[in-house]
Amino acid sequence: MDVPRHWREQVRRYRLVGSKCKDCEKLSFPYRTVCPKCRSRNYEDYQLIGRGKIISFTNINSPPKEHKYNLPFAVALIELMEGPVITAQITDARAEELEIGMEVEMVTRKIMEYNDDGIICYGYKFRPIVEYAHP
Amino acid sequence: MKPNKSVGIIGYGAYVPKYRIQNTEIARVWGNDPNLVPIREKSVPGADEDSVTIAIEIARNALLRAGIDPKDLRAVWVGTESKPYAVKPTSTIVAEAIAATPFVNAADWEFACKAGSETIQACIAYVGSGMAKYALGIGVDTAQGAPSDALEYTAAAGGAGYIIGSAKESLAVIEGSLSYVTDTPDFWRRQHEHYPKHGNRFTGEPSYFKHVVSSSKALMEELGTKPDDYNYVIFHQPNRKFPLEAAKMLGFLKEKVIDGLVSPYIGNTYAGSALLGLAAVLDKAKAGDKIFCTSYGSGAGSDSFSLEVTDKLADRKVKAPSVKSYIERREEIDYARYARYRKKIRM
Repeated sequence: MDVPRHWREQVRRYRLVGSKCKDCEKLSFPYRTVCPKCRSRNYEDYQLIGRGKIISFTNINSPPKEHKYNLPFAVALIELMEGPVITAQITDARAEELEIGMEVEMVTRKIMEYNDDGIICYGYKFRPIVEYAHP
Repeated sequence: MKPNKSVGIIGYGAYVPKYRIQNTEIARVWGNDPNLVPIREKSVPGADEDSVTIAIEIARNALLRAGIDPKDLRAVWVGTESKPYAVKPTSTIVAEAIAATPFVNAADWEFACKAGSETIQACIAYVGSGMAKYALGIGVDTAQGAPSDALEYTAAAGGAGYIIGSAKESLAVIEGSLSYVTDTPDFWRRQHEHYPKHGNRFTGEPSYFKHVVSSSKALMEELGTKPDDYNYVIFHQPNRKFPLEAAKMLGFLKEKVIDGLVSPYIGNTYAGSALLGLAAVLDKAKAGDKIFCTSYGSGAGSDSFSLEVTDKLADRKVKAPSVKSYIERREEIDYARYARYRKKIRM
């Protein structure tokens, strides 16, 4: 069980916090310490809105054992509204319900748990946007 | 009954998981009469959902409606009897996820199905005393009934949360709140047990009805109001029958209960139950409407609230999904999938 590693990353994973290069304004997720565009180390945290579009996806049938509890699930490449493309699990929808171009939103869900007596790791997943109308 | 400084709800949020199991499916598995089931269907949390993830969705919806900086919250309180950790707060994870940390009071509250309404009453006092500008109280559960037990038909998942602030910023002003509590052993779960036990018929008259009716009557007496003054009324909803019966005993018309009665469609969300009904009513209410709400928690007690809606509700309620939209977002599952999602199969 790698508690310190989870703890170091948890805020960015709970809230989808990326980073922004203060020199060239490139946004990245996950956060970086060196800008892939201008090589600057001048970075700050950047809160992403958590909405985007699926640009590709696949169904997962043989995940690592920590993720078997959640089978079957899809993993998608998502282009966020702000530009960065991230890889994330899709929740509340199976692969056959997804399509390229579908709008999705970030939710914080259980990623995995270390047995019944270990830590529970929460983090970002994406789901099709909940449509709503008011009575 | 009310703080010196007038306070109210400035934002509210609700959430119900997507999955549903029909009561007739549970009756089929256990050989019970499908004509005698208490409700139509109940919500079931997905394999990656628990009280933490549901509370985070609720908190985010409440913040969307309130339109405040989460750093201005001085309290994030979560009332639940289904904490993912026996020791480690649910509320700190929620507070971290909504960026309310670190200068915030975070705690988990426990009182069976009224743990959520307790947090609201505490938020009223916290803001009303001037200690906090805003405070967030959430009632949430992923309730479990033992396989084949009567409670398995209704024990569900979901909840709602409320951000309390000054009355002048409120979408609904809180006119008063009162609690009625006695030591009544109608329902309990011992340490390390998976499922609760209950006193069967004992849960009705000396428990639910006594506390709900006494608490409601006392608050109306204190405020000098009567059932006819209210447009909507919400009671804790362990099933469809109890809240309708409580309304009848108190003299509320049946039609005032219906808009906040969500248990026939999603089940009993325990600490989320009355608060989810209140959210469904706020989704529909308009300025000037008066709302009465009484929770019930086994053990036992009730918290009553009297509210009046302001003209700020109309603009804010459309900023997050309604309770109805969550009720309509549904995928039916069979008992086998339900057993897997709820970890009823131990390996």
